[in-house]
Amino acid sequence: MRFQAVDGAAVMRKIAWSVFTLVVAAAFAALVAIVPWWADALAVALLVAWLALTRAGRQAWSVTEVGMATVPQRLGAASVVVIGIAGVVGVLVALFSMAQGFRSTLVETGNDATAIVLRGGSQTELNSVLDHEATVIIAGEPQVKRDSAGRPIASPELVVVASLPKKTTGTDANVELRGVGPGAWALRPNVRIVAGRRFTPGLRELIVGKRAVSQFQHTTLGSKLTLGGQPWTVVGEFDSGDEHDSELWGDADVIAAAYRRGDSRNSVTVRLQSPQMLDAFKAALASDPRFKVDASTTRDYYTRQSEFLTRAIRVLGTTVALIMATGAIFGALNTMYAAVAARTREIATLRAMGFRGGPVIVSVLIETLLLALAGGLIGAAIAWALFDHYTASTLGANFSQVVFEFRVTPALLATGLKWALAIGFVGGLFPAVRAARMPVTDGLREL
Amino acid sequence: MKYLHLVWSALLRRKTRTVFTLISVIAAFLLFGLLDSVRDAFMGAGRSVAGASRMITLSKESFVVTLPKSLQMRIQAVPGVSAVTYANWFGGYYQEPRNQLVTEAVAPNFFDLYPEMKLSPAQLRAFHDTRTGAVAGAALAERFHWKVGDKIPLQATIFPRKAGSNTWTFDLVGIYHVTDRQLKGEEGALFFNWDYFDQTAAFGGGTVGWYVERIARPSQADGIAHAIDALSANSDHETKTQSEDAFQTSFASQFANIGLLVGSIMGCVFFTLVLLTGNTMAQAVRERIPELAILKTIGFSNRSVLSLVLAESVLLLALGGAIGLALSAVAVSGMRAKLGPQIPMLPVGAGTWLSGAGLMILIGLLVGALPAQRGMRLRIVDALSGR
Repeated sequence: MRFQAVDGAAVMRKIAWSVFTLVVAAAFAALVAIVPWWADALAVALLVAWLALTRAGRQAWSVTEVGMATVPQRLGAASVVVIGIAGVVGVLVALFSMAQGFRSTLVETGNDATAIVLRGGSQTELNSVLDHEATVIIAGEPQVKRDSAGRPIASPELVVVASLPKKTTGTDANVELRGVGPGAWALRPNVRIVAGRRFTPGLRELIVGKRAVSQFQHTTLGSKLTLGGQPWTVVGEFDSGDEHDSELWGDADVIAAAYRRGDSRNSVTVRLQSPQMLDAFKAALASDPRFKVDASTTRDYYTRQSEFLTRAIRVLGTTVALIMATGAIFGALNTMYAAVAARTREIATLRAMGFRGGPVIVSVLIETLLLALAGGLIGAAIAWALFDHYTASTLGANFSQVVFEFRVTPALLATGLKWALAIGFVGGLFPAVRAARMPVTDGLREL
Repeated sequence: MKYLHLVWSALLRRKTRTVFTLISVIAAFLLFGLLDSVRDAFMGAGRSVAGASRMITLSKESFVVTLPKSLQMRIQAVPGVSAVTYANWFGGYYQEPRNQLVTEAVAPNFFDLYPEMKLSPAQLRAFHDTRTGAVAGAALAERFHWKVGDKIPLQATIFPRKAGSNTWTFDLVGIYHVTDRQLKGEEGALFFNWDYFDQTAAFGGGTVGWYVERIARPSQADGIAHAIDALSANSDHETKTQSEDAFQTSFASQFANIGLLVGSIMGCVFFTLVLLTGNTMAQAVRERIPELAILKTIGFSNRSVLSLVLAESVLLLALGGAIGLALSAVAVSGMRAKLGPQIPMLPVGAGTWLSGAGLMILIGLLVGALPAQRGMRLRIVDALSGR
C-alpha cells in the first residue's frame, strides 16, 4: 500500500515474491483439496503437536490467542470470512449431493448378478425392440438361472412413456410405465409391496412405486386412470429403494395389448447363474445369427445412464464453487490484511521482544483457518439441514421422470471442509507473510 | 459528475483493498452472467414471435407414440391453419455413443414453417432433390467440422434400416444459420428427408412423430387447438395440440426447476457479496472520517457527503459488474463453441446486461447506505478531534 519512492528492482522483487507466494499457496490449496481426509487429519495432529511441544509452537499459540481475543471486536470483518466460505461450501455440498443422490439411485438399481439385453446399438430400453422369438431365446440360454420349477428367472419387459399430471405443478409430466413378465418378482427380490397387492396377470391393474405416488396425481391405491385409451386400476404400492420407485408396473402382455405392441418387447432382464457367467452369456448371444443384441450387467447399464447428468452437475458445481471461492478468497484477504494492519504495533512489539517470524505467520494462518473452519461447518450444516433427503426429479434416459433424493454424505461434508480450509489457507497466507516481514522499526512507529 | 474525480481518488486511496473487493464483485457477476445464460436457454426456449404463431400436435398419450400420416390433410382443412408440416424423431449418434445428436426426419415444407432457420434457396433445392440429403445447423457443422458435400454416417439408436444395418449415411447438402439470439439453440440439429426415412427404416414408416401448424392469428390458438384435437377424439390416436412455446416450456420444466436452482445459487452469491462489499465500504468510510469532516468544513452539505459515499460504492459495483459480465460473455461464447449444444447456453444478451446493471446499482446503494449515513450524520467537531 505504501508505494512511495520505490525503485524498479524493488518492484520486481515484490512482484516475484507475490508470484512465488501465490504458487506456493495454490499448490498447497490443491493439495489440501485432493489428499484423502486422513492425511489432512495427520497434518492437523502434527500442527497441534508442534504447537504444544516446541518453543516456537508455544510462541505461535500465544500470539494466536491474542489474535483470537480481538475477533469479537471486529465481528463484521470476521463474518466476511465466515459467511463467504459458508456460501461456497453450502453451494458445493448442495450441488454435489444432488449428483450423488441421482447417481446412487440409479447405480443401486443394478447389480452384477442380473443382466439386461437390448437390441444391438440401443443405448436405452426405450430405443430398443426385441421380437418375441428373441425374447424366448434369450430367456432360454443355459447361463440363465432357473427357479425350483425349472423356469428361467427372466422378465421380458415393455417400457412405455405415459403422461400424468404432477402433484406440484398440475402439468403433465412423463412417467415410465413398465410391463413386466412373471419372472420380475424373483428377478428383483428387493421390490416389496407396501400397500395393496400385486397386479393380477391378464387384468388391467397397476402397481405404483412409492416415489411415483409422491409425485403424480391419480396414483394412490384404488385410483382409476386412463392409459393407452384403456381404464386401469391401481391395486398396490411398492417400494424397491431404487429407480423403479419412480415407475408404474403392470402385466407386460396387457400393456402390450393396450399400446398395440404385439408380442415385441423392449428388453429382457435375466438372473445369471453367477456373475462370472456374463461373458459366456454374451458369447452365446453374439453367436446366434437370428438377432443382434447387446447384453450388459444391470449395474453397468444403470451406471451408464447416470453418467452424463452426474458429470454435468459435478462440472457445474465445481465451476460455480471455484468462482465463488475466488470471491471468498479475496474477501478473506481483505479482512486479514485489515486485521494484521490493526495489530501492526502489537506484532512489531512482539518481534522486538524476540518472537520470531515463523510463529507470527503461523498464528495469523491459524486464525484464518479457524474462521474458515467455522464457515465451512456452517455451510455444510446448512446444506445438510436443507438438502439431505430433499426430493427432486428429472428426466432420465427413458425420457420419463426419475425421482431421487439428495444425499449429503460424510464424504461430501469432508470435501466441503477441505475446500473451506484451502480457501482459508490462501486467504490467510499473504497477510501472515506481510505481518512477519514488516520491519520492526516501521511497525513500532505506525499509528 | 463534477465530483467524479473525488469519488475516484477515494477508491484509489487503498488500492489493494479496492482491487480485492473488485475481484470479488467480478467473480459474482461472472457467475451471474454464466448462470443466466443457462437459465435463458431453458426458460426462454421458443419464446419468440415465430414460436407463438406455431402450434404443435402430438399424441395425447405420450410423445413416443406416433400418429398416422393421414391426419395431415385433415389438419390442413381446419380453419385458421395456414400451413402444416410434420417430422419424426430419429436421434442417433455420430462416431461415438456420447455424440448423441438431435436428428429429425422432416417433410419437404418443414423450412417454410421455420423461417428463423436460414437456408439458401440453392441448398433448399438440393435438399429436396437429394433423397439421402441432410441439412445441419451451423453450430453442429462447426462442432464436427462438417462441410457441404460431406458424407455423414450416423449410427441409429432407434431405427435400424430394412437391410438390418444400423448405419445411415447422409449427404450434407446444406447448412442453416439462426440469427435470432433467443433461438440459437435450434442451430444444433440435423434434418433429413421424411420420404427417405419412410422408405428405409425397418419400422415406423407411414407414421409421423408430430405435426407443426402455422396459424395466422395467435389469438385464435385455443380454438384451433380444440378443432385439431377434435379430429381424432375417441379414436385410437387422440392428439394434444398446444403452442410451441407451451410445449417447450413444459418439456424444459421436466428436466429440473432450473429457475429455482439458479435463483438459490445467485441469492447465496449476492448475499455474500453484499456482506463483503458492505464491510469494505464501512472500513473505507471509517478511515476517512477526518477527511469527510474536512469536506463538510469547507462547505459540502450533508446530502452531498451522502451521495459521494453512495457514488463510491455504486461505482465500485458497476466497475466490477461490467468487467464480470464482459468476462462471462467471452466465456459463454468460448464454451458454446467448444461444447456445442451439449450444455444449453445462450449468448449473454441485453436482458442479462439490463438486470445485471440493475443489480449493480441496487447492491451499490444497499452496501453504501449505512456508511453513507454515518458520513452524513457525523459532527464536524467530534470527527476532527478524533472522538
